[in-house]
Amino acid sequence: MSEFIIKNGHVFDPVQGIKGDKKDIAVKDGKIIESVSSGARVINAAGKTVMAGALEIHAHVAGPKVNAGRWYRPEDKHFDSHKKPGMTRIEGGKSIPTVFKTGYEYARMGFTFAMEAAMPPLYARHVHEEIHDTPIIDEAALPVFGNNWFILEYLKNHEVENTAAYIAWVLRQTKGYGIKCVNPGGTEAWAWGLNCLTIHDPVPYFEITPAEIIKGLIEANEYLGLPHSMHLHQNDLGNPGNYKTTIDSLKLAEGMTAKNNFGREQVLHSTHIQFHSYGGTNWGDFESKAKEVMDYVNKQKNLTIDTGNVTLDETTTMTADGPFEHHLHGLNHLKWFNVDVELETAAGIVPFIYDPSNAVFCSQWAVGLEIPLYAKDPMRCFITTDHPNAGPFTRYPRVYSWLMSKKVRDELLNGFKKAAKVIGATTLANIDREITLYELAAMTRAGPAKALGLMKDYGGLKAGMNADIAIYNINPDKFPSTGPEIEKAFANVAYLFKDGKICVEEGKVMDMGHKKTFWVDAKVKENKQVAHDVKEKFLRYYSINENNYSVPESYAPHQHIIAVDATQ
Amino acid sequence: MNTVTLTVKNTPELFLECENVNPDAFAGKKAADIAKLGAFQGKEITTLGDYFTIAGEAGATAADTKIVINGDCTKMKYIGAKMNAGEVIVNSTCDMYTGSWMSGGKLLVKGNVHSFCGLAMKGGEFTIEGNAGNYLGAAYRGDWRGMSGGVLRVKGNAGSDVGTFMIGGEMIIEGDVDIHLGTHMEGGRIIVKGNANRRVGGQVVKGEIYIFGKINVMMPGYKQVGEVSLDVDGTKAKFAEYIGDIGERHPKRKGETVYGKLYMKQ
Repeated sequence: MSEFIIKNGHVFDPVQGIKGDKKDIAVKDGKIIESVSSGARVINAAGKTVMAGALEIHAHVAGPKVNAGRWYRPEDKHFDSHKKPGMTRIEGGKSIPTVFKTGYEYARMGFTFAMEAAMPPLYARHVHEEIHDTPIIDEAALPVFGNNWFILEYLKNHEVENTAAYIAWVLRQTKGYGIKCVNPGGTEAWAWGLNCLTIHDPVPYFEITPAEIIKGLIEANEYLGLPHSMHLHQNDLGNPGNYKTTIDSLKLAEGMTAKNNFGREQVLHSTHIQFHSYGGTNWGDFESKAKEVMDYVNKQKNLTIDTGNVTLDETTTMTADGPFEHHLHGLNHLKWFNVDVELETAAGIVPFIYDPSNAVFCSQWAVGLEIPLYAKDPMRCFITTDHPNAGPFTRYPRVYSWLMSKKVRDELLNGFKKAAKVIGATTLANIDREITLYELAAMTRAGPAKALGLMKDYGGLKAGMNADIAIYNINPDKFPSTGPEIEKAFANVAYLFKDGKICVEEGKVMDMGHKKTFWVDAKVKENKQVAHDVKEKFLRYYSINENNYSVPESYAPHQHIIAVDATQ
Repeated sequence: MNTVTLTVKNTPELFLECENVNPDAFAGKKAADIAKLGAFQGKEITTLGDYFTIAGEAGATAADTKIVINGDCTKMKYIGAKMNAGEVIVNSTCDMYTGSWMSGGKLLVKGNVHSFCGLAMKGGEFTIEGNAGNYLGAAYRGDWRGMSGGVLRVKGNAGSDVGTFMIGGEMIIEGDVDIHLGTHMEGGRIIVKGNANRRVGGQVVKGEIYIFGKINVMMPGYKQVGEVSLDVDGTKAKFAEYIGDIGERHPKRKGETVYGKLYMKQ
């Protein structure tokens, strides 16, 4: 492999505490090293910004639900489908892009890793097929557990060891990365026509509450010592007044400490918290409670969050929160897709237009920006759009422009048709903070890498780390002043190194890289109870045979296995 | 107004995607520049000059530009699509997407058009002297936003699924229509001067459908509420008034439920 020396760039690396100093980065054989030979290719990064490759912690980019969105929304592709010159294939779709476009666009923005946020275990093969076909970026997927019958039955009796053994079994079967929990209990309750809107609403038949599920899954996660923490999509998403449920759920993690060998400190990652930070009693008196939620998050060191920024686009909502999608369909009357995944989960899809002339959508936009602007520790607050739910991930450069420039966001805020109402319902207008490049590097690189348990090799530019490097055409001394300039710079990296290879140059894809699928192999003590239960459930309930459940290696031929030993 | 005349000199082997044949793309261009505009044939990018002899020059703006097309356009798609102003006259039959997404100006096709024409039309006048295919003035596949403005007139017959998801504007079909007329309509009006086949107005939320001839089989979701005298596109007559589709959701205005309306000429 070739050697590179990235010279004179302004380096932003929270791992080493480098805040824009001019520093050379040496790359050899896919790793960052101290120095290279004189024969190394020189990349002139003078006047440019150098960061580690970014990590996406929560996006819906692969699998049956994403694909259902693609086939039931041909109109999403019709006006946004093109072939760029070069080695790339046709890139189709705006809110639900093809796998190829997904890989190219992440890479062009400087990303080198993306976490598929909800993998239904039963359809894990489909998830891995799409991950395998997504070029350049490394990926992993989180299987969903919050409404799984095994989990509900074990946690009803607080059987943490059995829960952990079952989770370890599922991770191995599905090549999954960690524990995702979506609307705990609520999706299953919906099979009875009900939902769980607070953490104390009982799940019918299973007689367990969301609080018990959340706590139990956190305990199981720490029992196993997984690289990532429990990853929670909370109850009562998207409804006025839900911030109380949000804080109640976060409080469940109080007193718990992370036990793992990966340097991860949080025990709970609460995702797309923008959707969970609403006050008021209806859409008329709807208001932001981002301050209240973030005040709590700021003082609880064992929590991490991601934002879920509304980008004011036409998009496609998709989630394992089945009842929520049905609710949304009732609001906008657009086409509704729903599927029940046997003993495990469900999913729904509804197209959605965040119309900037609507005060509620603009307030949601403001809440999404307030969250990171109130965050005291950028290492615990990550930027997402919950792609595609709050907006397409391709809008990250625009989200950055709003966060990094008060002028840019205030222009939009004051220009809204219902500006007075939005300003009254939110606190964004009073916030002067502008996210710095160093903070952005924490929120998009070092922070998510640490939260995912990948800080040893990813998210930084220290010698020994993986050579995933993004170089942007941004001179920190002359930071662009307009929204479109900031967007353009973040949307088209000057260079993207993936595993020490140049994959993107001036926004143009040059190499498809060697993408890998990350998954976690957790070793647990033999558990006869769980083995028996799995066998019985497949015989009695599953529509497929147990032997057809697992994801064979041929579905993830380029795997990066992270081993965990929980037998001690 | 300046006129550009296009005469077909080569018939495409596959179908030619004439996304650049509209006054907006031609505006401010001379014949030689127009000849250089791109047109896909299958996956290959060709130019308009490969298929047309081009005479005259365009006006400074779309509104000052008139395009006349002679020769056989049976294998040409997208003529006049997305046009905002000006005028296009096609002395031939055209293929799919003719006049789709147009928002202004005048488009006249002197032959027939294939399916998916006038899709999601927003404004302007689109007249078809022959027959139209399926999905005339409907929404694009998967979309829920059909024709929303302008006037679309067919002098002959139209196929099935005409006006699906229509939300505004006026469509007049002087001949007959096939099944599924105005499905999912939520505004606008459709006038059919001939007969309609089955399933007229299925799942209509609001909007008006006028049928001068007969409906082969009436939908069960329509209820007669009276008889009215109307002047519809120059025809004064008595119409039986129906409301529907009863099975679909309906908005309320001032406490009253707003239904779709179906008028049958007596």
